[in-house]
Amino acid sequence: MSIDRNGKGKAKFDQLQAFIEEMRLEPGALMPVMQKAQEIFGYLPEEVQRFVAEGLGVTLSEVYGVATFYSQFVLEEQGEHVIGVCMGTACYVKGSQAILDRLAGELKVEVGKTTPDGKFTLNATRCLGCCGLAPVMMIGDEVFGRLTPDDIPGIVAKFR
Amino acid sequence: MDMVKLTIDGIAVEAPAGSTVLEAAKLANIYIPTLCYLKDVNQIGACRMCVVDTGARALSAACVMPINEGMVVKTNTPAVREARKVNLGLILSCHDRKCLTCVRNQNCELQAMAENLGVRDIAFEGAMNSYDTDLSSPSIDRDANKCILCGRCVAACHSVQGVGVIGRVNRGFNTIVEPPFNADIGSVACINCGQCIMACPVGALREKDSTKAVFDALGDPEKVVIVQPAPAVRVALGEEFGMPMGTRVTGKLAAALRRMGFNKVFDTNFGADLTIMEEGTELLGRIKNGGVLPMITSCSPGWIKFIEHNYPEFLPNLSSCKSPHEMLGAVIKSYYAKVAGIDPKKIFTVSVMPCVAKKFEAQRPEMNVNGLQDVDAVITTRELARMIKELGIDFVNLPDEGFDDLLGESTGAAAIFGTTGGVMEAALRTVADILEGKDLQKLDYTAVRGIEGVKEASLTLAGKEIKVAVANGTGNARKLMEKVKSGEAEYAFIEVMGCPGGCVTGGGQPIVSSRVRLDMDPRQVRAKAIYTEDEAMTLRKSHQNESLKKLYAEFLGEPNGHLAHELLHTHYTDRSAVKA
Repeated sequence: MSIDRNGKGKAKFDQLQAFIEEMRLEPGALMPVMQKAQEIFGYLPEEVQRFVAEGLGVTLSEVYGVATFYSQFVLEEQGEHVIGVCMGTACYVKGSQAILDRLAGELKVEVGKTTPDGKFTLNATRCLGCCGLAPVMMIGDEVFGRLTPDDIPGIVAKFR
Repeated sequence: MDMVKLTIDGIAVEAPAGSTVLEAAKLANIYIPTLCYLKDVNQIGACRMCVVDTGARALSAACVMPINEGMVVKTNTPAVREARKVNLGLILSCHDRKCLTCVRNQNCELQAMAENLGVRDIAFEGAMNSYDTDLSSPSIDRDANKCILCGRCVAACHSVQGVGVIGRVNRGFNTIVEPPFNADIGSVACINCGQCIMACPVGALREKDSTKAVFDALGDPEKVVIVQPAPAVRVALGEEFGMPMGTRVTGKLAAALRRMGFNKVFDTNFGADLTIMEEGTELLGRIKNGGVLPMITSCSPGWIKFIEHNYPEFLPNLSSCKSPHEMLGAVIKSYYAKVAGIDPKKIFTVSVMPCVAKKFEAQRPEMNVNGLQDVDAVITTRELARMIKELGIDFVNLPDEGFDDLLGESTGAAAIFGTTGGVMEAALRTVADILEGKDLQKLDYTAVRGIEGVKEASLTLAGKEIKVAVANGTGNARKLMEKVKSGEAEYAFIEVMGCPGGCVTGGGQPIVSSRVRLDMDPRQVRAKAIYTEDEAMTLRKSHQNESLKKLYAEFLGEPNGHLAHELLHTHYTDRSAVKA
C-alpha cells in the first residue's frame, strides 16, 4: 500500500500535522513526533519521514538516522499482530529460542518479517522487563509468560 | 571576559571561562591528540582519542570537557596513553587499512595518529564491513570501508553547509554514513561542494579522479590539450609540496603546467576578467531596465546546485553568466581555435580548480556550444599536485614563468575571485568606473572582504545608492536568501560562494589537518595571499585587461552582445523535486 499525503492517507497525515503543530517549538520534538507518526501509520515509510522532516524543518537524513538507530522504529509495514519474543538473558536461558523457532514454523515466516496475509509480524526483542515470567512473548500489548513451545499453536489460533 | 585558572601537566594555565580542556591546553602549547574534533565544525567527544585525566572517576574527552577553576588535568599519564591506544586499536580494527594505495596516503589523520601513538601492531582483529564504493556522483566518491564514523563530514554537510544529505544510519557496528534510504550520493540534493572531503580525516570521501583522462589526453598526439588554473589554485598548490600555507606559486604553477606537456597554458583569471565584463554589464542592464534584482553571482557551481534544489524561485535572479573557466573554455574552442587555425574538435580543455563541484558543472548539458563541451576535464588542486609528483617534476625548484599570450593576461580584479567578496569587489571596480565615467582611484572595497558569513555594504555610485551583500558557505547563503525572501533586506547585487571562505578553501584544495586548523585558518591565510597577488598586479580592474579588449574588438563584439550570449551565458534547472 502506497502512502500518499493527498490521497487515501490524507486523514492520517492531517492527524500527524496537528501533532507537529503542537510540538513544533518544543526542543527535542523529533522523537515524540516520530513515535506519534508510527502510532498513526504503524510504521515509518519514506513519505512519512519526509513529512516529519518538512514539518519540523530538519533534514530527511536526520529523521532517517533516528529511525534506523532505534529498534523501536520500523520502516516496513507491520502485520496486524506484532509478536515480540524476548531474547533477554533470563528468557534465553529459559528457552526462548525454541519459542521463536516454533512461532517461525507455525506462521511460516522468518524472524523480522511479516506473513504474506499481513496478519503477523514476528520479531525477536531485547528484554521486555518481566524476567520473572520467562520465557516471555508479547502479541500486541498482551504478555504471555512461562511459555513452552507447545503453547504456541493455541495462542496463535486466538489471533488468526 | 572571565578567566579560569587551572593546571595542565603541572603548567599553570589561564583560559577564558567556557573553554574546553582542549582549548586551554592549546593555550599552554600542550597538544592533545584528536580525531573526531574539527575546530568550528565538529565537537562531539565521540572518538575518545583526546581523553585526559581530570581527577574524575573516568577519563574525560578534552574536546568537550569544560574547564573549571582549580582543575588539575593530566594529559599524558600511562592510563591516558593506554586508553588512547585501546581506542585507536578499536578504530583501526575495522578500518580498511590499504594505506599504500589510498588517496590519503601520508596525508591521513588516522595514519598520523597511529604513528604518533606508536602503534606497531593491530591489537584487535575485528570484523570488517564490506560496502560497495559509491561512485554515482560526478564529483565525490564515497568509500564507507575507510570511514571511521567521526562525523566530521556529517557536521560539515549539516551544520556548516546547511545541505544535510548525509547522516549516520543504523547503529553499532552497522553504522554507516550515507544518504537516507540507501540512496546514492549522486541522486540526492548533494551540491558537490566537497566540504565533506575537506572534513574527512581519512580516505572515505574523495574527489572523483580525473587525472587519468588528463594523462590520456596529454599522451594523445591528435589532441591539442589546453589548461587553465583558477585564481585560488596558485595560493594553495605549494602546500602539497611542503611550502608554507599562503605561499604564492603562480609562476611555478605556469612552469609546471608547461612541463607537464600542455600545449597552451592559459589562465582562468582571464576568464574571471571576462566574467566581470559580462556580469557587470548584465547588472547595469538589470538596474537600468528594471530587470530582476537582486542579481546573484553564478561562479560557484555548488551554490548554483544549492539554489536549484532549494530556492527555484530565485533562479531568475542568478546572473546568466557561465563561470570563468566555462567562459574561457568556450572562448578557447571558438576564438583561440580560429586564431590558431585548429579544429575545435581536436582541442581538449582542462581546468585546474579548487573545487569538486566544477567536475559536475563541466558535465552540464548547458555548458556546450555547437556540440562541444566547454571544458573536457576538471582536476582539483590536489589532483594536479599528484600529477606533478607522478611526473617527477621538482615543483619547489621550478623557475617562475608566465601564462601564454592571448588568453593568459589578467588583472588584480581576477586574482581576488578566489576568495569570498572577491567577485563582488572585482565587479564594483568595473561597475563604478562605468557609472562614474572615469578611471577611479578607489580600488579596495574592504567592507566585502573577510570571512564573516554574511557581509553587507552600501555604496554611492554616480549619485545612486547601491546595496550589496556577500555570503560564503551555503549555510550562510541560506540565511541571506531567507532575508531577501522575507523582504527584510533589498539588495541590487549579491555574491555567493558555496564554500566557507570562498574558493581558497574549496572542496578541491589541499586538505588541512585538524591539527593545523587549531593554529591557522586557511580561509584567512590563503585569502591574504590572494590580496597580495592583487596588489602585485599593474592592472587591477578587469576592463583594463588589454587581451580582453582585443577579444571583444576582434571577436566577441559588445559585452552581453549576440556572440557573447551564445558562448558565455547559460540557464539553470529547477531541481526542487529533489530535496534534502
